[in-house]
Amino acid sequence: MTSKIKEFPGVALRESDFAEKKILYTTWEPNARYAWDAGIAIGRYLAELKQGRIIGTRCHKCRRTVVPPRNFCEWCFRPMDEWVYLEDYGVVNTYSITYVKWNMVRVEQPILPAVIEIAGASKGMGIMHLLGEVEPDEVKIGMKVQAVWKPAKERVGAITDILYFKPVE
Amino acid sequence: MSILEKPNKNVEARVVEGEIPIQSRYTYGLAGEKFFREIMDKARILGTRCVECDYTYVPPTIYCERCFAKLEEWVEVGPEGTVQSFTVLLVALGGSPLDEPEIMALIQLDGADSVLVHRLGDVDLDELAIGMRVKAVFKPKKQREGSILDIAHFAPVED
Amino acid sequence: MGLRKVAVVGAGMTKFVRRALETGKELAYEAAKMALDSCELTLDDVDGVALGTAPEAFDGVHMKGEYLSDGAGAWRKPFMRCYVGGGTGVFTPIQGWYHVASGLFDVCLVVCEEKMSSCQPHPQGAFLTIFDHSTERPLEPNLLWIFALEMNRYMHMHGLQKKDIALVSVKNKRNAADHPCAMLGDPNITVEDVLNSEVLAWPVQRLDVSPISDGAVALVLASENVAKRITDKPVWIKGVGWSLDSAYWTNRDLYYPKYVEYAARMAYEMAGIREPRKEIHIVEPYDPFDYKELHHLEGLLLADKGDAPRLTAEGVTARTGNMPVCPSGGLLGVGNPIAAAGLMKVAEIFWQLRGEAGKRQVPGKPITGLAQAWGDLMQVGTVVILGIGG
Repeated sequence: MTSKIKEFPGVALRESDFAEKKILYTTWEPNARYAWDAGIAIGRYLAELKQGRIIGTRCHKCRRTVVPPRNFCEWCFRPMDEWVYLEDYGVVNTYSITYVKWNMVRVEQPILPAVIEIAGASKGMGIMHLLGEVEPDEVKIGMKVQAVWKPAKERVGAITDILYFKPVE
Repeated sequence: MSILEKPNKNVEARVVEGEIPIQSRYTYGLAGEKFFREIMDKARILGTRCVECDYTYVPPTIYCERCFAKLEEWVEVGPEGTVQSFTVLLVALGGSPLDEPEIMALIQLDGADSVLVHRLGDVDLDELAIGMRVKAVFKPKKQREGSILDIAHFAPVED
Repeated sequence: MGLRKVAVVGAGMTKFVRRALETGKELAYEAAKMALDSCELTLDDVDGVALGTAPEAFDGVHMKGEYLSDGAGAWRKPFMRCYVGGGTGVFTPIQGWYHVASGLFDVCLVVCEEKMSSCQPHPQGAFLTIFDHSTERPLEPNLLWIFALEMNRYMHMHGLQKKDIALVSVKNKRNAADHPCAMLGDPNITVEDVLNSEVLAWPVQRLDVSPISDGAVALVLASENVAKRITDKPVWIKGVGWSLDSAYWTNRDLYYPKYVEYAARMAYEMAGIREPRKEIHIVEPYDPFDYKELHHLEGLLLADKGDAPRLTAEGVTARTGNMPVCPSGGLLGVGNPIAAAGLMKVAEIFWQLRGEAGKRQVPGKPITGLAQAWGDLMQVGTVVILGIGG
């Protein structure tokens, strides 16, 4: 059938068609502002970050200690059994060297997002965070890294209370 | 710990504030481009007509939603029409009271089968009635920019 | 299972473009109308409509399904909209399939649309909100990061080089040069072009990534009795499968898409396929990034773990190879209007099996093909297997 259609529908515009008002258009700002409840498990997680600690939860049935914590085990579908304090160091599971911010604006100094498996949690339990105090070409999967915390007075109970993770011996 | 656990002194109720940082930019499309340009340039309101279904769409569409035919017959409608329904607004979008009541109406333009939503203006609240005859009041040409607001409002037709 | 046989009997699509003049409704209409015309059916013949489209934030229209419905041919008909992120385009025909297989409808129109250009200044503003609002979004992630993290993990576990993966982008963009709806077809692109393109989020570079696009695709599904009446070339839906993994994406090893394997196993079982590598002749795996094609071929059990790059290098996945992969040109070449891109893959298998793919036609008269999509937070696999005969 595609071989029978001579010209497919679809009119491609250029960005300049908007700038030069060659076509008509309208714009809208949705002004979509939210206050998301952190919830029970993440609420505690954030509160503990303010104290300079990383906390997870443990399910006695599948014997997993998970982070970020949840108050139910999505494998066993039952409530978690206990809170467990974890270490504030771990291992780089994977990373990227990025030159784009969330809005595609370019940056000179690369940002180093990574998945970091947190020590004290079950194998493979990682969180997303950033790496710092390291040259991009020195980052390796498997590298041990430790949280660099904001000063206690500046911590607000947010994931950004950890500034980044830096390599340690 | 369970899903029934209530926040206690260790678990402050906590919200994370943020926004979805987007704006939308809408093209008017194949039908809308012609519709709005005609309003802007000529102060005329166009619809598209499905002969098969005997139905005229305003605002126009490039297809008949009833039979899925491609619509290529353009017809001028209005600028007069009949109020099918209306509402008197006393509060603004954000909930604050309006200084002047605003009247929104469904207007069936002469020659159209579908109805257009727009404002009514220059009208006494006492005179408001379903079935009243109204006419499009266009902004001066210089102020028109290819928008539904190029029609300032619809005003009652003097008998 | 007491299910009726379901055939794809018609398909249509718009061009995929960076910015379309058409509204979303108009794009949906053009594709839907072409699909109906291609099998000489009218809207009166359609019993119900299944529509797929991505988050409201792209088009900037809330209740986007309802907004699009008249353009999708759903006026006063049973209508249903589904959404599983990037997996939507292959999930929507599954919705259509069970409407017909169940006996509820004889003819179901399946339409997928996306108009990402409405989202300003960049669709990344919408993508940002797929990350967890408490634990991830404050880090200001870009969607590219998550792909880069997955790609790096995949490369690390199998000892792969960027040049091994760039071959996919080259193959697909070259294939797309023969697609009349393609945005980024390029018959002359080389591995060096990919490796020299801008580094966005290493290991992801500009030419590893599919573009932001507008477009629509539609299929007509019919029950066996209707299909046999209206066409002598029905393409049967032999199997469907889908699976969703945990949204805790940082708690999984991203090097292997287990959920794609589960979806594939479900579809293979339904289709009675025991040896997919022999029985699947042509494949359209989801390729929003070049490594994803490889990742998905492995998840679909069509290549051993870590071996898909070798198959690519040896030409097995070329349009003239033993197992053509993305002969359409894929998302990398044709474009990526999210839901529409997935359905384009099903349409491509339909056209290929009917021998109607024009310049893109693969040799050897394939009789069974597979389309797959993927999406959400590195999380969902959707699979449809199509076949002729039987």
